[in-house]
This record gives sequence, C-alpha cells and structure tokens, in this order.
Amino acid sequence: MKRRFGLILAVLLAAALRGEVPSAIAIQGAHVVAVHGPELAHGTVLIRNGLIEAVGENVPVPGDAWVINGAGLTVYPGFIDALGTWGIPAPAPPAPGRAAGAGGTPPATAQPEPRVRGPEDRPQTYAYERAADLVSPSDSRLEAARAAGFTTSATFPNRGIIEGLGALVDLAGERGRDMVVAQPIGEQIIFRVGGGGFGRSFPASLMGNIAYVRQLYLDEANYREARQIYAKNPAGNRRPEYDHALEGLSEAPRILLPAQESQQIDRILRFGRELKVPFVVYGAHEGYRSIDELKQANVPVLVSLKWPEKPKNADPADIPNERDLEMRERAPEVPGLLAKSGIAFGFYSDGIESAPDLKKALKKAVDAGLTRPDAIKALTWNTAEIYGAADRLGSIEKGKIANLTVTRGEAFDDKSTVEYVIIDGKLFEPSKELQKPAPPTGPQGKPAEGEVN
Amino acid sequence: MRRAFLILWAAAGSLFGQALLVRNTTVLTVTKGTITNGDVLVENGRIAAVGKNLSAPSGAQIVDGTGKFLMPGIIDCHSHTAIEGGVNEGTVSDSSMVNIRDVINPTDINIYRGLAGGLTVSNVLHGSANAIGGQTIVIKLRWGKTAEEMLFEGAKPGIKFALGENPKRQGYPSSFFSQGPAERRYPGTRMGVEQVIRDSFIEARNYQADWKEYRDRVARGEHPIPPRKDLRLEPLVEVLEGKRYVHAHCYRSDEILMLLRVADEMGFKIRTLQHVLEGYKVADEIARHGAGASTFSDWWSYKIEAYDATPYNAAIMTRKGVVVSLNSDSDELQRHLNLEAAKTMRYGGLSEDEALAMVTINPAKQLGIDDKVGSIEVGKSGDLVLFDRHPLDNYSKVLKTWIDGHEYFDRDKDLSERTEFARKKKELMDKEKAAAKEVTP
Repeated sequence: MKRRFGLILAVLLAAALRGEVPSAIAIQGAHVVAVHGPELAHGTVLIRNGLIEAVGENVPVPGDAWVINGAGLTVYPGFIDALGTWGIPAPAPPAPGRAAGAGGTPPATAQPEPRVRGPEDRPQTYAYERAADLVSPSDSRLEAARAAGFTTSATFPNRGIIEGLGALVDLAGERGRDMVVAQPIGEQIIFRVGGGGFGRSFPASLMGNIAYVRQLYLDEANYREARQIYAKNPAGNRRPEYDHALEGLSEAPRILLPAQESQQIDRILRFGRELKVPFVVYGAHEGYRSIDELKQANVPVLVSLKWPEKPKNADPADIPNERDLEMRERAPEVPGLLAKSGIAFGFYSDGIESAPDLKKALKKAVDAGLTRPDAIKALTWNTAEIYGAADRLGSIEKGKIANLTVTRGEAFDDKSTVEYVIIDGKLFEPSKELQKPAPPTGPQGKPAEGEVN
Repeated sequence: MRRAFLILWAAAGSLFGQALLVRNTTVLTVTKGTITNGDVLVENGRIAAVGKNLSAPSGAQIVDGTGKFLMPGIIDCHSHTAIEGGVNEGTVSDSSMVNIRDVINPTDINIYRGLAGGLTVSNVLHGSANAIGGQTIVIKLRWGKTAEEMLFEGAKPGIKFALGENPKRQGYPSSFFSQGPAERRYPGTRMGVEQVIRDSFIEARNYQADWKEYRDRVARGEHPIPPRKDLRLEPLVEVLEGKRYVHAHCYRSDEILMLLRVADEMGFKIRTLQHVLEGYKVADEIARHGAGASTFSDWWSYKIEAYDATPYNAAIMTRKGVVVSLNSDSDELQRHLNLEAAKTMRYGGLSEDEALAMVTINPAKQLGIDDKVGSIEVGKSGDLVLFDRHPLDNYSKVLKTWIDGHEYFDRDKDLSERTEFARKKKELMDKEKAAAKEVTP
C-alpha cells in the first residue's frame, strides 16, 4: 500500500515537473480549510478540468484521479496577493550604449523632460493600460510567489499616477491570457510626490496629485454626460473630444487609493467619498489609530506586508521620532485589529518578492494578534470578495476555480512548507530551496534587475 | 477600558465642553484697553463675560491668573505649517487647482509647538514658486483633531499669488531642487509674471461667460453640452466674485503697484500683500486699494529684491492707514510672534495695543475673521493665551493656550509629561534593538 502510494507520488511529481495535467487530482485525508464551508480534519478535495469537483469527508475518488496522500498536509484555498505586479515581466534593460555613454556618464544630448502644462496633458496617466494584456507566464518571479503559496494576484501595472486597469490573474498558465481570471478589477492610484514642486513636471506635490486626480474624475463625469447628450443631439453641438485616459477610468469598477499614516487615511476616506467611485484603501500601516474611522467608512483595506522597519544604514546617532518607532512596533497589529472590528481586508506583497520574506511578514501579523483563521480568510475569501470574485475564488467549494495551497504543517508555522500549489487545476511543487530564508549576509531575496525570460 | 477612556475624553474634551474662568489677571483685550485684576469667562466656546469678580458656572475650569497676563490667541497671517507633501506646486505658472486644504497634516508637531507660543490661528499658504499658487485655508490649531476639524469655520478661503524673483525663476530648471534637466517654465521676467496673472483672469472671465451661456441655453430648453468644470479657473472666478481672498507675496514697490493695477483692471481686490518689504514706499496706494499688509519685523537682505527694506515698515504703513500684521512664514518664528510684535515699539514707536494688534486683531481683519477672533470681547471665540509676564517682554513664557475655551497647551503639564514620554520612547527603541539582535546571528 505504502509502496503503491510512493509510486503514484513519484509519477505525479514527474508529471508535475513537466507541467502535465492529469484529468483529475484528489487530495485524500488532508486537513481541509475550506474558509467558506466546514473545516475538515480528514477531508478529500477532488478537482477536475481546472475546477473543484467535490470536497468532503467521504468523497469517492474516481479511478482516473491522481491521488495525493493528504496525511500531514493542510489544504487552503489558493492565497491571493491583494495588490501586486506578479505576472508583468520587468522591462527589458536598455540596450547597451544607448542609455549611458562611455564610463557610465549620461549622454551629452539628454533631452530635457518635456514640461507638463497641467491636468489637460494627462501626466503619468496610463488609465487605459490593462494588466490583462501585460501579464505573461514568462515573469521569472512567479515561482517565488508560488513558493510562498500564492496562486493568484490582483495585478496592476506599476507606473505613473493612474496605473491602469488591474486584473485578477492566476500565477501560472501557458500564455498570458490563460492567467486572467477577472478584469478590469480597478484602477490603482499612486501619489508620486517629489522634488518639492520645483523643476519637475506637474504634478510634483501631494496637493498637485490630489488636484489632478480630482480633475480627472470631474472630466470623466463630464465626458460621460457630454457623450450622452451628443448621442441624442449631435446637430448643433460640437462633438466631445475622444479621451483615452477617461475611457479607462470609466471602465474601472473601483479605485485603489493609498494611505499609510492616520492623517492620510482620514484624508483618503474623504477624498474617496468625494470622487463618488467605489474605493479601496491600501497601505494602512498606522491603521491602529484609525480603526473606528475605517469601520465607520465601511471601506475595504489592503494591508501592505512591507512592514515599516528601521532604515538600513541608519545613522546610529539619529534618534528616530516616537511616532515612527511606534509605527514600526505596531504596524503588524493592524490586521488583527481590522479583523476584530469586522473590516474587510486583504494583504499585499508591496514589492516583497521572496517566499521566506512573504512568510515572515505574514507571520508577524499573526504574532501581533491576528488569528490564523482570520489570516487565511484575509489571504483568500476576503480578497476575492473585495474584488467581486468570491463566486469563483477564495474558498474550497464545489464549482470554484481549482486554486489550492497545500502545506505540510499549518501555514505560518516556522517549520511548515508549501508542498504544492494547484492553479487552475494544474499541480506545481514549489522548490524548497526558494522557501529557505536567504543567508543574512547575502542580498535578501532580491531578483536580478531586469531579468526577463 | 479603552472605550471608557474614550467616553471620558469625549465628555471632557468635546469642542465646546467645559466653561472656563480666568480670574484676577491682567487682561490685554487689545481693542478695549487693559483691565487689571480682571476676569474672563468662556462658555460654549465663546467669551461670555469680561470684567471683575465674575462667578463661574459649576464644572468650569477655573484658572488663577494673579500676576499673569491674558491676551487673545495669536494669529499668523502667513504660515506654511502642517502642509504634507510639498508646499509648492511650482511646476506650472498657475497652479490654482491645488488646495492646501487637501494636505493639512493635523499631526504636524509644529502645530503643538505653535500653541506653546500662544498661536491659535494660522493662514496656511501655498508657497511662492509661481505667479498664481494654490488655494489657501485658515486653520485653528486644534491639536489632536482631524484636518477638517481644524478648519476655521466661516473663514473665507484664499489663493496665493507671488511676484518677483521666486516665480520668475522659471521653475528652477537647474537648481539642486530639480531632478535632472527640465524644460524651463514661463515666465522668466517680472513682465511675464504680470502677464500670467492677466492671462489667467481673462481665461477665468471667459470661463465664467461660458457657464453663463450654458445656463441660459438650458433655461431656454436647449440641450447643450456643459462646459468642462476646470479646477484651475473655478477659484479665480471666486476671486472675481469676491468669494475668495488674494494673498500676494511681493517685495518691490513697482511690482506692488503693478499688481494693484492688474487687480483694478480685472475687477478684483488684493486682500493682503505678503512680505511687502517696500510697502512703506507705496503705503498710500496700498491704503487706497484697501489691501492689508503682512510683513516681517526686522529681517531683510536675504535676496536682491529684499534689500531696500526697513524695520520701520510696519509702523509707517500703519500711520498711513494700512491694516498691518506681522507674520512668521516659519515654523520657528510662529512660536514667538509676540516678540516680533514688540519690535514695532522699538522701531516706529507704536503703542502696546498697536503692537499687540499686529499679531491679533489686525491679521484677524486681514482674514475677515475679526468678528470672531483677535481680541478679548464678549461674543468672540474663547481663544486665549496666558503669559507669565507681559507678552511684549522678552522673558515672557506661555503658560496656557485655549481655543474655543478648550485647553490645548499647558506648560506645567507638558513639562511633567516629558519623563514618561522619554521612558516610552526608550522602551520602543530598546525593543527594536533587541529584535534586531535576535535576527542577526
């Protein structure tokens, strides 16, 4: 019996390594954390054709299914990164000799940055770009995400102030389009502040960023109204000018707005309400000061996993201010406090790109008071629900997309490992090597710059 | 436990909670003379009585002011305190679409430090990088409240203009401020600054007309496409309609006259001239326009256009009938504006009340809030500062600061809390250090 199992497993692993897809997979006798539905101590999850076919304690395993012995394994719905760039390959490095002259000095003929004259020039606006068109399985970072147990990501193109339309993408597939689960899921807004307002292009200040976004949404409302009026009465009216950026905004079902500190959270809640668009707040590291306000606002929150830390190479003579110290100490408490208050929240990787670092960051939240079930719920059901996809993702239920994270031991335990991830019914065995913490002396889990497959 | 604390806090500290009686003190009303051994009673956030031997309602905070001095809360007509993410949007010649109200940071420690210097109201302005800067806002320094709760109720919003050297630096195309080469920004001369203002107001008038035409057509039953709402031109239309004040940064007398002419030509008013170091040369013209002047006490020569200056500026303009205030333009200076005011007695021989008016009732007049603050009079806000000595004395210290009758600063409390504060901070630092050691092998 034991030998037979070993054999099956060996065949299975060989198949997994080659990326073959069996017609069905059954994980038998595992601890099943369904999230939405009963938790099973010894359950079976059967998947077929990329969907969950059955889950329960006494699910018969059909003859054609590959069987995984679930002893010692825990099966979770696939983890979802609530905001990331997974799947969008890093841009290719500039061709040698073009960006930099000999000896690394900039070429003498560098063109000055063209000056933006105002909101009408649509600075740093990529509202029309689609993550769904940009994702590709060739992104070399996907393996690290899977090694951390992530099967899915709310991926947004990370450039400009108006980032473009995000998509829920599965972190594996033959082609980019196979990865897309739902799109568009929203527009991400990043406030790009710098230069003190001097010398750079509009907008350079925070107030400039806010005014710009406000103007864009006014323009969008005006654009919609103008098109409607023109469609009814073209004669006697000048036709509204086509605006690519506004078309993108119109399509987004929600926007993601940044806020880290308490006064920023307060500001962004007001701003979001003013824009009259459904919105989500991301960041939230000082959320422990804003729980009541967030609760009252009834707005979902995406918590950054990049916890604030003492800056590397900080001058030992510098005395940090009390508020920063408190934020470094207390930021990981935020998820626990959000859960206790019943505020919908998810986690996002925020540039953390190695499996051990992601695990460590999640563990910090658990150590700071977030219960394990709430942590799992945040990583799965909550995030799916925030993006309106809880009907297909986020729990282990019949008929849902077969995205599963299978750990040996419980997630968040120091010694637990991610044994398998199943994405769209396809089995992956993430490398254990990728799950080991980097040696403290080396560069920590940083992928090579500009690496493209 | 936490909830109980919150309820207590709410009960004790609501905006206009407790009544306040300051007893037996020297009351510097600024507008109604000085009362020795006087009392001031504040109820529901407003001054209810000023006189002698007043009785306190039950539950009132009673403060013995014997040997001390009570003055109205200090008002700063030119501040950049509590602005988050940049004071300037200097990338365009006219950035009137940006609004300081959007970026008030109520957790900026300089608010508290201002309170420690008796400051209660600040006119928070956009910087001076461009000819027409951002929209501005008046705040009360209600430390601990949210940004919106700090807004001065009923105070008219403003807009910042700037003339001279700063706006004509073309957006600083090659200074240490800029990140890489940037295209130069118009304008590069004082003539250009004038033209930017004129052009923007011509645009604003056209914009006003477009909206009027649209509304007329709708009224006639037509279906026109509405004009685009333009956040840059809206505040300028408000200026034309008298709904928004202009606070104009300026130095030289020629450009001051230029601005007054442009304003007359376009049909709006300059509410205050800021800095206005050469105001003494054209004080009659300033008074005739009805503009206020908010200047520095005794500092100049920090740039070419600031050379032909005199510390008598405030006194001369005052004698010519201009409403003059002294401002800080600085997180540091805002903590001792009372001493800035004292300098007008040394330079120009103003009276005590005239000197105090420079940082109380005069800036209140300039901001159109003199019916609410700026002096100790019945009906005005309970914005008060208790000094241990006369506030025009170099050695005076602020003991307590109230806004709306609510205590926002108390010197003894501050001093007594420092040990505990330091202990908490050390604890956090030690914790972090210990955690770092655990990780490093």
